[in-house]
Amino acid sequence: MTRQHSYWLLFSAVFSKDVKLAFRQRAEIVNPILFFLIVISLFPLAIGPEPGLLARMAPGIIWVAALLSTMLGLDKLFRDDFNDGSLEQLIASSYPLSLTVLAKVAAHWVVTGLPLVLMTPLFALLLNLESTALTATVLTLLLGTPLLSFIGAIGAGLTVGLQKGGILMSLLVLPLYIPVLIFATSAIDTSTMSLDYSGQLAILGAMLLIAIISAPIAISSALKVSVS
Amino acid sequence: MWKWLHPYAKAERAYQLCNTLLPYFAVVTVVSMIVGWVWGLGFAPADYQQKDSYRIIFIHVPSAILSMGAYSSMAIAAIVALVWQLRNAELAVIAIAPVGACITAIALITGAAWGKPMWGAWWVWDARLTSELILLFLYLGVLSLYHAFEDKKSAGRAASILAIVGVINLPIIHYSVEWWNTLHQGASITKLDTKAIDPSMFWPLMVNILAFAAFVGTVTLIRLKNEILQREKHRPWVRLLLNKG
Amino acid sequence: MQLAGPNGAGKTSLLRIIAGFSVPDEGAVLFQEQPISKYYEEYARELLFIGHKTGVNTQLSAVENVRHWLQINGYIYEPDLYPILAQLGLVGLEDVPVRMLSAGQQRRVALVRLWLSDAKLWVLDEPFTALDKSGVAFLQQRFTEHLQSGGAILLTTHQDLTTHFSNLQTVTLEYRH
Repeated sequence: MTRQHSYWLLFSAVFSKDVKLAFRQRAEIVNPILFFLIVISLFPLAIGPEPGLLARMAPGIIWVAALLSTMLGLDKLFRDDFNDGSLEQLIASSYPLSLTVLAKVAAHWVVTGLPLVLMTPLFALLLNLESTALTATVLTLLLGTPLLSFIGAIGAGLTVGLQKGGILMSLLVLPLYIPVLIFATSAIDTSTMSLDYSGQLAILGAMLLIAIISAPIAISSALKVSVS
Repeated sequence: MWKWLHPYAKAERAYQLCNTLLPYFAVVTVVSMIVGWVWGLGFAPADYQQKDSYRIIFIHVPSAILSMGAYSSMAIAAIVALVWQLRNAELAVIAIAPVGACITAIALITGAAWGKPMWGAWWVWDARLTSELILLFLYLGVLSLYHAFEDKKSAGRAASILAIVGVINLPIIHYSVEWWNTLHQGASITKLDTKAIDPSMFWPLMVNILAFAAFVGTVTLIRLKNEILQREKHRPWVRLLLNKG
Repeated sequence: MQLAGPNGAGKTSLLRIIAGFSVPDEGAVLFQEQPISKYYEEYARELLFIGHKTGVNTQLSAVENVRHWLQINGYIYEPDLYPILAQLGLVGLEDVPVRMLSAGQQRRVALVRLWLSDAKLWVLDEPFTALDKSGVAFLQQRFTEHLQSGGAILLTTHQDLTTHFSNLQTVTLEYRH
């Protein structure tokens, strides 16, 4: 049988397997969104339904909820592959592991991050967000949620071999999320004052580029440690 | 270029190196700490605004500087550990981590204690204090990851990877917090005014920074010695050493 | 070549070192006179590893599992998988999620790779686990074919293989305190 060294073939194989599995267990896609929705609806109940106050707090609420809901799916990112031995097959597959990891993180974002971005108009409605701020929220989530997936995957890779890795992973990952949180919420805040927020978006974009290049290396070395 | 590192890949040589360095670090620590504290706390002039309460800088500032310094040295050890596969460097990462975490905690506590008379509150979301707090989280992450692994070989490598990821993020976190702070609080709170510090306060501060650096070095060396002995406890040279002592 | 020895002697650890998953405390594994970590991708192309954990996803069907394995190993022309699966006694189970199959059948799904791979070196950890008599015989027949075509097999097993393989080498590991 002939073999061909095609990076694209590997990327699409790994990506489509993960997306297919997620669609087979729809809970994996639906649950983070429901979680996000519930967290957001807790805030008006906790601090009062006054529209002005909610609109003022909306960027923070949306982003903290986004951080927490991406954490939900992260623990599963490598766990099944680790438990059934697929990770070993991926390591021994004559392709660089960092490419495989890139495909898996991309699939994770499509399954958990992208639905959040698409649902934002609904959340914005719940929190009385103005339409100018809505655009900013969508843009920051679009740039920020893949970043969360990349950073979070480092923590997932480091803890996948541990019995109770879930909480530990959040402890490792959440401090690293802080810059994303700061720049994303600040971009939305700036937009509510009708000022230019392209600076914050540019910083988020730059961080995303750095993450795309460097995070797969960190994730794959973390996975190799976990498998050994 | 890195040839000189190689002899120290052997645990026994690394242990001997620790033993050689330890007395120097210990002497510098004791001498400079006594001089620094007596000079700083007893003889340096009181601040015209803050009176004697400013004297906490002789502990706060060195520990804040060293908390960052210890993190960078931990990350350097981690890079050496991963790139050149040196097991002793992994042990150094683990030797530094708790020391760094303690010194960060000292910086936070003294910062809060200083904040009480200055701002009237124990905790203010000042940029420097917030960065220190996040730094403490990063240290604790490295420590808890290391202790979560049963296999100490994997534990050392995992902790090293996390330390490197942390050091790449540290400047980003630091500057983003600083920027966040100016955005939300204006310039109303700054701890040390930009005015130059008087030489009569500057020199005791320098001695104290030296004292803290030597102290971190001393404790790290002692911990590194223990880690090496623990890992190599079944090797003949350790048995020989233990029988002698 | 067979690796033997009591439980806990380090058979699996040695296989994992040879497959490149773990790094030995001392020494190195060489491939074409170079450490495998240096040219791991070239080495991995000649290596087929099946461990305790077989790398079969239980939510996918047998065909999907095999197809995924072919893709991640760069095999572009997919052979007709159904006759191969049928040979292994998986008729009618090709499109059922693997979690519905028995342990022996799940292992067979993993072992399909032995009929598809062109790797020279097979590293197999307890390949006969959960297989019935006919499965064991069938696998041994495949081993013979592979050896005749110039391949090498390194495996751990508690089965006696001497009657089937004349040129079998056995390395026995002992438990050391």
